[in-house]
Amino acid sequence: MTIGDTLAFGASALRGHSLRTALSLLGVAVGVTSVVLLTSLGEGARLYITGEFASLGSNLLIVTPGKTDTTGFAPPIGGAPHDLTIGDIDALQKRVAGVRRAAPMSLGSATARYSDLTRETVVVGATAAWKDVRRVEMRVGQFLPATEADADRPVCVIGARLEEELFRGRNALGEHLRLGDERFRVIGIMAARGTNLGMNLDEVVIVPLGRHMKMFNRTTIFRALVEVTSHDALPAVRRSVIEAIKARHDNEEDVTVMTQDSLLATFSRLLSMLTAALAGIAAISLSVAGVGIMNVMLVSVSERTNEIGLLKALGATPGQVLRIFVAEAATLSAVGGLAGLAVALALSAAVRRLYPIFPMQPPPWAIPAALLVSLAVGMLFGVLPAQRAARLDPIRALTRR
Amino acid sequence: MIEMRGICRDYVVGAGVVHALRDINLTIDDGEYVSIMGPSGSGKSTLLSVIGCLDRPSAGTYRLDGRNVAALDDQAVARIRGHKIGFVFQSFHLVPRLTAAGNVELPMLLAGVEREVRSARVSQALDAVSLSGRAHHKPEQLSGGERQRVAIARAIVMGPAVLLADEPTGNLDSASGAEIVALLERMNAQGLTLIVVTHDPNIGRRAHMHLSMVDGALADQAFVRAAS
Repeated sequence: MTIGDTLAFGASALRGHSLRTALSLLGVAVGVTSVVLLTSLGEGARLYITGEFASLGSNLLIVTPGKTDTTGFAPPIGGAPHDLTIGDIDALQKRVAGVRRAAPMSLGSATARYSDLTRETVVVGATAAWKDVRRVEMRVGQFLPATEADADRPVCVIGARLEEELFRGRNALGEHLRLGDERFRVIGIMAARGTNLGMNLDEVVIVPLGRHMKMFNRTTIFRALVEVTSHDALPAVRRSVIEAIKARHDNEEDVTVMTQDSLLATFSRLLSMLTAALAGIAAISLSVAGVGIMNVMLVSVSERTNEIGLLKALGATPGQVLRIFVAEAATLSAVGGLAGLAVALALSAAVRRLYPIFPMQPPPWAIPAALLVSLAVGMLFGVLPAQRAARLDPIRALTRR
Repeated sequence: MIEMRGICRDYVVGAGVVHALRDINLTIDDGEYVSIMGPSGSGKSTLLSVIGCLDRPSAGTYRLDGRNVAALDDQAVARIRGHKIGFVFQSFHLVPRLTAAGNVELPMLLAGVEREVRSARVSQALDAVSLSGRAHHKPEQLSGGERQRVAIARAIVMGPAVLLADEPTGNLDSASGAEIVALLERMNAQGLTLIVVTHDPNIGRRAHMHLSMVDGALADQAFVRAAS
């Protein structure tokens, strides 16, 4: 009996019970769909975040106050013995070789107000260098002036969305925006960009760092991004940066300097784990589908006892009977798997269309893995019923009603 | 050529042992027409199953065309069933989802006969039972007599040496029953060994060789006689 004949015979049996076949196909399809969709979500998140970092360029150091022994993204908890000041960062730019730009920043939130409209916004304290490091594009006006970092001028740059919400089509340039109790003159509006590194730049107000620290009564900056002249120089510059700050802080190493690569690697690892966990959860539904196949095949074997006896009387070997039933189970899982894959790909394409910013797509291993696993599940769970069929005594099988 | 020497078949049922066949000695020549009769439970069907290699004897030797069947493995026995023996059952045992042609094709499918050869032999076999016009009907669209004819076409399609029929007319009215018997006898006339298990003395009497069974044994060998 050729493989083609075996499959065709199995397919005729499956067509003979279309409802039962459809339901077990559905089970497998749901399983495969969930595997592919959930891994696509995880992979999408990974691509999204790595994309965000990549948009910053690859030769960045991130300096945060405080020191932890473990590296990672979590900001160090517990006070830093020395404040990381604007002066520290200024010194880096001026005195450490290999540093192209250093952009310190501080974060706070305040109520922004224009005429009688108010809105809770994130207020960023930054310097002129920040524009280049964060690759900020201006729509109109200019970014913060490149004066001394502790410049005190009450000016601000606002995001596109904020402008729209507060100024309602009026020209914001030159107008005064109230942040808390202080007035800031709008000197520039950023081009719409969306969320980047966890901050929606369209909705923020950027003010000079010195002003910001006074306004929020801060003594230490939140973090600084240091752009290094070349990617190869990163490790060396990282050490020099630590040394330089150590020298300024009474020889105490109380800052954390991460390279973007290590940060990215951490994220990537974390999100790959997330993807794997999601795949594991989805695999459970696939194995449930396998149990469904086993159930259907067991019913099929007991319902077709006569037929199995007949096949044996007509010359089928136990091996042939086994193959016929395993082929049926494999057909169920393969067809269900392909259907599930089609649904999953269609859904992720729809998500990409609706949210172009989120690159939802299955990781390259997920598609073959999902199909192989579903096929393996079908055959594995199909073997037990098939063995039962192969072992049937032909006489009893023929005489059973 | 069927040769049985001292064939026994025992079943263990609960704590006891049922002797379904006791010391059967039997020789059936090629082309013979044999009827097996006897009361229910006398072992007729068991004997037929052993002859058809569906069942293995507990003791004794069974030679089919000179080969000792007991010494063969499951695979070889299955091949003998496929190639040398055709079965006809009381309840037809057609696969309901397959057409008449599909049912007739089944033994060739299992034997791995090529597709082109298969379709030619299917129409040949259906022709032989005068059912060419019904090739694409499902069993449920056929009458009882027609179903049994499909089953006979299936039994002969591999060109077996022996045709085994277990109460072939048991589920049929007398008119279609007579047709089926005539058809089987025509196959026998073409050289097939025909062995029929039946309750019906009118059918049993038509055979050349009459076997009568009681309690698992062949009743008095004197019952065996050659008809004219």
